[in-house]
Formats: sequence, C-alpha cells, structure tokens
Amino acid sequence: MKEKLIVSFSPHLHKKESTSRIMWIVALGLIPAGGAGVFIFGYSALRVILLGVISALLTEAAIQLLAKKKVTLLDGSALITGLLLAYNLPPEVPFWIPIVGSFFSIAIGKQAFGGLGQNIFNPALTGRVFLMASWPKYMTTFTSPLNYDAVTSATPLAFLKEGRALGHISYLDLFLGKRAGCIGEVCILALLLGAAILFIKGYISWHIPLTYIATVGLFTYIFGANGLFSGDWLFHILSGGLCLGAFFMATDYVTSPLTRKGQVIFGVGCGLLTAVIRLWGGYPEGVSYAILMMNAATPLIDRFTKSRVYGRA
Amino acid sequence: MKKLFSEFIKGVIGENPTFVLVLGLCPTLAVSVSVINGIGMGFAATFVLLGSNVIISMIKNFVPERIRIPCYIVVIATFVTITELFMKAYSPALNRALGIYVPLIVVNCIVLGRSEAYASKQTVRDSLFDGLGMGVGFTLALILISAIREFLGSGTIMGERLIKGFEPAFVMGMPSGALLVIGLLLAFFNLLKGRRA
Repeated sequence: MKEKLIVSFSPHLHKKESTSRIMWIVALGLIPAGGAGVFIFGYSALRVILLGVISALLTEAAIQLLAKKKVTLLDGSALITGLLLAYNLPPEVPFWIPIVGSFFSIAIGKQAFGGLGQNIFNPALTGRVFLMASWPKYMTTFTSPLNYDAVTSATPLAFLKEGRALGHISYLDLFLGKRAGCIGEVCILALLLGAAILFIKGYISWHIPLTYIATVGLFTYIFGANGLFSGDWLFHILSGGLCLGAFFMATDYVTSPLTRKGQVIFGVGCGLLTAVIRLWGGYPEGVSYAILMMNAATPLIDRFTKSRVYGRA
Repeated sequence: MKKLFSEFIKGVIGENPTFVLVLGLCPTLAVSVSVINGIGMGFAATFVLLGSNVIISMIKNFVPERIRIPCYIVVIATFVTITELFMKAYSPALNRALGIYVPLIVVNCIVLGRSEAYASKQTVRDSLFDGLGMGVGFTLALILISAIREFLGSGTIMGERLIKGFEPAFVMGMPSGALLVIGLLLAFFNLLKGRRA
C-alpha cells in the first residue's frame, strides 16, 4: 500500500507517469555520458560500467528475495544506482571495485533504509564515498584520455590543488572531455545532452542544477584566486564531477527537497560546500561530499519550506 | 545455583550490554580496531565491574541516598586505577594502544549502570555474578566487533594475515567502520530475536 502513495506537495495533479517510467528515461539520459566515457577511456570503462550495473541489479534482487519482498528490478532504480556509481569511478579500477561499490550502494545505502523512497542518502554516492574511504589508492589513480594504454595522469582539479600549471588543458578540452577523470563526469557535452532530455520531459527542474552550478561559479570567481573577483570560474564549472552531480545526482527525487524554495536552498548549499572543499579542503573534489551533506539536511529543509495550508495563518 | 547461572548468562545473551542495552558504546567504537585491543578492554572492564559490583553491594546500606553516585564513582575509580597501573606495569604496549580509554572506564555507563540498577539493590553474591556476566558479555561483544573490523580493515585476525591478496578496506579501521559494523550486528541480533519471538 505504501508504495502506491505519492508523496508531494499540493497541487496534486495526476498524469500518466510512474516511477519506473521516470527511472528508465533518466537511464536513457545517462547513456550519452557513458558512451563518451567509453570512447575517451576505452573498453576498460565499459567493463567498469557493466560490472557496476550487474552487481547493483544482483544485489537488489538478492536482498529483496531474502527479505521476502517483491523483486522490483524492472523499476530501473537499481540500474541507475549502478550506472551512477560506475560513472563516478576512474576507468582503470580493479574489477572488484565496482562490484563492492554497487553492493554497498544497494545493500547499505538503499535497502538497509527500507528500499526505494526511504533512503536518506543518494545510494550511488554512498557507495562512492565508501570506496573512497576504503581504497583511496585505486579511487584516485586516473588515466589520461584518448590514450587507451592506461597511462596515469592527474585530474585537472588535482593539478590545481597541487599548484601545478594547467596550460595544456583548454576550456574546449574540458567541455568535450579530453581530460583525466571519472568515467561519466568528463564529457560535459554528453551530460548536457542527457540533461536536456530530462528537462524537456519535465523530470528535473532548473532549481537545483542551476543554483548549484551558479553558486560554485560565483564562489570560485570571488575566492578562487589570490585576489578577490579573479578566480577561474569557468574552469571550476567544467571540471570535476560538478555537472554529473548537479544534473543527475543532486536532483534525485528521494534525497532532495520537495518544494521549489527548498530546492534552491539545497542547490546553493551544495554549491557552497563543493566550492569550499575544492578551494580550502583536503580533497581536490567535493561534489559527492557536498551532495551527501545536503542530503542529510533535506528533511530539515523540507520542514521549513512546507507550503502553507490555504486559509490558515 | 540455577539463579546464579541465570544472573550470569543474562549479561551474555538476554541483556548483553552492547547489543541489547546498547551501553558503553564509546570504548566499543574506539578500541575495537583489533582483537587484542578488544580482549584487553573487555578484561579491564570485567575486572572493574566485578570489583565495583561487589563493593557497592556491600556498602549499599551505609551510603546515604543523596550522595550515592559520587560514592559509586570513588569505588569505580579505585578499581580503574588498579587496572591501569597493573596494565602499565605488565602490558605497556596494550596500555599504549588503549590509551585514554582505560581511565575512561570510570565513566563507562555499563559499570555505573550496573552499580545503580543492580548492585545497589541486590545481594553481594548476585552482584558478583551479574558483574561477571556483564563483563563477559561486553568482552564477547568487543571480540566479535573487533574481529570483523580487524579482518576487513587490515586483513588480519590477532595480527595473522588470513587470505593472501585480500585488500583491506581502510574505512573499517576508522570510526565510521565501527558504527557500520555495530549497526549491522544490532540489526542482525534484532532479526534473530524477532524470529524467535
């Protein structure tokens, strides 16, 4: 019964939508970025994606069978978790990293909380942060793009953190994905293409992604360099996992606020945390931590931005 | 005899301080990185529990109601000091590994909890067995948690490498790993309890 109820704020309009339909179209929207990742990093990237997805699906089915619940593989949510987790991994990780990561995402990040709709944290990011804290060596070894020989290379943000020159990477390289990084985050063009599908279908609104990206841009423009108002904001927007996170992970229905006002607060909060971690934190990149921290704040945001009941003060 | 045994066994299973009463989590989270630390902590706490339960049960009729807690703390602190000095003398390595958590047994809520809830109302003999049971229950819980954490977090059990090529997950050695393991074990034991009921 509980699965049949739709939790939303008024007005409660009804149309021909279902969770599984939305999930499958989100999966469709993720395909361009994965395709670009496989093109840029070669077959090892495809291997990581397949292992991540298969492990996520198997874990979901196994836990639902063990708990004697209905097996809901066809709603596509486990597939998306597996995809997103794989997109957040470097292309040359050992084969067991995506398997363990997907298992953790589904088992601890999602099913331990009660399954789809009950999880506090984005499952894919939960898995990624677990891997990051457990095997940092593999999670921070990146390979150079369009090389296919697994030549290791640092990400642009890691270059920046170490204070090294970035001269050889142009904005166009960043936009098209010719840089080291995680599989799904590198090609901004493909990410925008996928996000456009979701925008056109109305599955995501501008509130979270736009405020998120704009806050990171503004904050890094003001504080990104030694003097004020001279930071390289475009670089910060195009590098790291910001676009992947802003369009596909911060907008997760379950773990982001329900109201428009709440979504703006959520986006700005994600942006501030990401920029602070990037500029002054210990890690070069902070998108996953920022989104997870704001996930934790989501119930609070929802409580304070609840729409007023009509006719009452 | 049967009653004494049930006093003892309730601390191990029915009212296990870690998994049922969920007391004393601070040292549990902090020292359960390796099995040897868990055993050391468990024995130290068991000794303190035994001593304080017996003494407090003896003095229960002489301690004025309003100052009982400070009195209990003095008794507990005495036994903790004995434990700490003993550990420093005979096992300095373990003392270094456990660090501040040995003196902190003074404020361990299992110890004070048993004094207040049990020893101050029961006979000396029952309190002795209650303390022993609680101590053994705490020690077993610590050994279980630390075995899982040591294996996953550094690939060893009691310092012995078990599986070649197993790459340990650093997070299990960190506080977050302890919370994960304790949470999952609690869920598991509650599941078992639900099955039986």
